[in-house]
Amino acid sequence: MIYEGKQKIWSEYQKEIPDDHYFYVRSCIRQSFFPASEATFLDITRNVLGKDIFETEHHTTCGGIAYHSDTIPQETVMTIIARQFALMAKHGYENYVCSCITSFGLYCETMETWREYPELEAKIHENLWKSCKLEFAKPKFLVHASDLIYKYRNMIAAQAVRKLVNVHTGEPLKVVEHIGCHYSKMFPSKGVGGAEYPYVLVGMIEAWGGEIVDYPERRHCCGFGFRQYFIKGNRGYSLSNTHKKFESMEPFKPDLIITNCPGCPYFLDRWQYVIAESTGKTYGQDGHGIPALTYEEVAGLVMGYDPWDLGLQTHQVGVEPLLDKMGVEYDPAKKYLGKNGKDLGSPSPCACLK
Amino acid sequence: MVDFGFGLVPSSRMNLDLFDKDKYEKLAAIEPDVRICMACGSCTAVCTAGKYSQTSLREAIEDIKNAKPDKALEMLRCCQLCGKCSMVCPRGINTRNLILSITKVYSSK
Repeated sequence: MIYEGKQKIWSEYQKEIPDDHYFYVRSCIRQSFFPASEATFLDITRNVLGKDIFETEHHTTCGGIAYHSDTIPQETVMTIIARQFALMAKHGYENYVCSCITSFGLYCETMETWREYPELEAKIHENLWKSCKLEFAKPKFLVHASDLIYKYRNMIAAQAVRKLVNVHTGEPLKVVEHIGCHYSKMFPSKGVGGAEYPYVLVGMIEAWGGEIVDYPERRHCCGFGFRQYFIKGNRGYSLSNTHKKFESMEPFKPDLIITNCPGCPYFLDRWQYVIAESTGKTYGQDGHGIPALTYEEVAGLVMGYDPWDLGLQTHQVGVEPLLDKMGVEYDPAKKYLGKNGKDLGSPSPCACLK
Repeated sequence: MVDFGFGLVPSSRMNLDLFDKDKYEKLAAIEPDVRICMACGSCTAVCTAGKYSQTSLREAIEDIKNAKPDKALEMLRCCQLCGKCSMVCPRGINTRNLILSITKVYSSK
């Protein structure tokens, strides 16, 4: 092996991630699905690590859901994105970090399209000025929020109160990592490790003491695929995608799934319920499912956050077996209590999924 | 069990290792036009039998190439050999002869 040659090839899979000063934009759907994840990201980066992460209430959707559902044209979505960039420039930032993988893919697509067709970028400048009287500047660095947690993974590990280790056996937890398709499958150079060796979540798992599960369908889509899910007649395709992944990972007996996309944890979580209730099949131990968490939730767990403050009660698959393995203390009576102690209401019991 | 109004769909996975090249070459020797079909679907669009059954010549040719000859034979089972497909084929394929040849070659074990 020629070491220098290997280093040269691997350098193409690296991504420059600035250490500080970011303009943060939230995801539309994550705030509904797993509402505490973005709050946890901001708390860890700002208050624990002392980073400058700015967000404004004036930012909007990126338009990705409408764009990928073929309901708005590309020029419209580009103008929406240009407005976000204008807000970033207005507040004096050059580094842009987004919470959503769909948005990240769309930002990459937009920037690449502008690079290929500068006349289109000029037209978007004109569109934005006509519609909002705003001027935009492209971000110097565009990263996904998981890139930042990856960048800070060792700092988080240094402040962690526990590891991804089974406290009863001392063995590392077996962790499945699932990368959102729009992270690096469209533009491999924009993701850590590219499309072939995405390292963004693997780096976190290794730093926090877990063991990676490598299974045949590791890079398969979670099954979201906008139109496959939105149209009920196609929803079976979405379910079947997820089913394929679970059938593939089941023999490896994973303890946990960690994801970096808004849709993936939702579908890997909720479809376990649908598969269980419609076929009777469960993939965890003793009739339980496999918890599918976001990377912020996992970071919060290792840093000692209360699991109910992390919003783990919003998952369909019960997280208690995982918390027991990790030695996390929790109060079952507080699971469905809000921050003010108000009862949030608990879901109806499932017939097959514990 | 709960009925959600949707469910798991059968796998559409193909195993091309099962493709029977000898039979395909035998078919192509009898009816070389099988190689020039571009799967435009004109034959399927005008097929009278296709209106009432699963008949589709386009799909049958694809099934043969995807190592699913039994599905191809099922596709052609209700063909009445009316010949409307041969009138619309942009490649001028003798579709009736092709259908008979597929049935002959792939029905034999």
